[in-house]
Amino acid sequence: MGRSFGDVRALDELDLVVPAGTITVLLGPNGAGKTTAIRVITGALDAQQGTVAVFGLDPDGDGEEVRRRCGVVSAKPALYDRLSGYDNLAYSAELYGLGRHAGDRIREAASRFGIEGALDQQVGGYSTGMKTRLALARSVLHRPELLLFDEPTSGLDPESSHAVLDLIGEMTRDGSTVVMCTHLLLEAEGLADQVVVLDGGTDLISGTPDDLTARYWPGTVVRFDAEDPARLDALAAHEGVLAYERGDVAVIQLDDLGRLPDLVAELVGAGVRLTRVEPHRPTLEDLYFAVRAAHRGSVDAHAHGAGAGALRAPGGAAA
Amino acid sequence: MNRSRVLTVARTDLRQLVQARDFWLPMMILGGIFFVFVPTVLLLSITRIGDVQVVQQLSTALDVLPARAQEAIQGETETGRAAYALSVFLFAPVAVVVPLTISTAVGAATIVGERERGTGEFLAHSPADVTEIYIGKLIASLLPGYVTTVVGFGIYSLVVNTIVGPEVGGWFFPTREWWVLMLWVVPPFLALTLSLVLRLSARVKSTAAAQQASGLVSLPLIMVAYSQSTGALFGAGNATVVIGTIAWVLAGLGLWRGMRAVTRARLLGVADGI
Repeated sequence: MGRSFGDVRALDELDLVVPAGTITVLLGPNGAGKTTAIRVITGALDAQQGTVAVFGLDPDGDGEEVRRRCGVVSAKPALYDRLSGYDNLAYSAELYGLGRHAGDRIREAASRFGIEGALDQQVGGYSTGMKTRLALARSVLHRPELLLFDEPTSGLDPESSHAVLDLIGEMTRDGSTVVMCTHLLLEAEGLADQVVVLDGGTDLISGTPDDLTARYWPGTVVRFDAEDPARLDALAAHEGVLAYERGDVAVIQLDDLGRLPDLVAELVGAGVRLTRVEPHRPTLEDLYFAVRAAHRGSVDAHAHGAGAGALRAPGGAAA
Repeated sequence: MNRSRVLTVARTDLRQLVQARDFWLPMMILGGIFFVFVPTVLLLSITRIGDVQVVQQLSTALDVLPARAQEAIQGETETGRAAYALSVFLFAPVAVVVPLTISTAVGAATIVGERERGTGEFLAHSPADVTEIYIGKLIASLLPGYVTTVVGFGIYSLVVNTIVGPEVGGWFFPTREWWVLMLWVVPPFLALTLSLVLRLSARVKSTAAAQQASGLVSLPLIMVAYSQSTGALFGAGNATVVIGTIAWVLAGLGLWRGMRAVTRARLLGVADGI
């Protein structure tokens, strides 16, 4: 699908498939098109090019039905500060067709997110964390099948962020489908069933974290360091080493982690004084930067992060 | 259209307004000044203090009224006639100015306010149709001004009947023309103004801009309403009904066009020109 605002192309041939009952994380920098994608999914904005089907329906034509089955938490909690927490939830309950007597449902949702004690307070007096919890409670009040979270931890302290991410993880256990936008890679780690990396309104790559990692790093990544790092260059010629690169540390890809003890023994035997040997599982952060770097035609897929990114991606990197 | 959702939007907006003491307190003061304070002071000055010179000047001024209006003036004494004329004719425009002022202030912020607070995002993703949102907000903007006017009108009736009644042989207010004005003329003028104000509110960048622009739009309308309501009370018996009918037609057109002003893109603040 495609969507422009004036001359600005917000979505450009974005191809997105979200399997039911999974958590899909849209990763991308500011302006990548994540928020616009969510807006097009619910029909809040129309797709100017392409087609969109949500639950098999066209959000543009069947917007009411689609939106009734979606729950959205936007980057800003979008709450009415002058109203109490209860009244905010009651407003949503009425708009989503739960009627004016949804008290039990409201208290149940509030209790799930730990804000039942603050329901009578004006939302203007809530902390940012409480507002996010209220927004989450509001999003699940009508028991939607598809939950769309746009940077739900924006502005939260680490502890609250962690709690919110746990709650999001819990939501999929009851069968809901989740699409979450974030530019914080750590948030997606361990949460995502599918990752879609966006940039410039286009999906650069999508798949499960394991699949994507395997595409970029087919071998096991191991970091090495030594008193004399130059002597680590011998690793490049070692059997089983798929790739080698030395920056701050030397990073290799091994076809089999079982070769590592022999490798270490060989280096030590050759008099190399090792100071670090660390098998490393590439993170989403590594993946993210590798994908973006590859997309920009960069030879060096590294540039950032936790060291493993120092490894030049093998042939698949340009995928 | 889902009527329940329309009422939900209206009720929620009104609930927020009730919570906003910084808004409704000045609104009550405005109503109090126009409907109670000014009439009480003026009418008491005439009937109780009995300033002969003022009464004479007023009586002379009444000569400029149309013959039909002069015939309608009750009272045996000059004081009574002057007080009657003041009660019935002078304050008529107030009944238009107060609701227009209040409703314009509410309406100007209603859509752009959702955008500024970020709650437009919530509405845009909700199942509510934009027409339902528009009508809900229209009701929420219209009611505060109109209710203030009706309540103020009731208090005003009490004030003038209590002060002037003894001078003109009993309770005399509201007159037929006032009933028509309140029930037939004021509502469409209010709706017409709000249809323009809501369109502005949907299009501008900020509440401050909406209020500035609303002032520009509603001021001429207030003046038209002022002159028409005054003229209607002064003029022939059916003039008020005719003016009201024209205003209803214009209001209908304005509201129909206004419905298209609210879009989800505008609630989100991403429409062209915002």
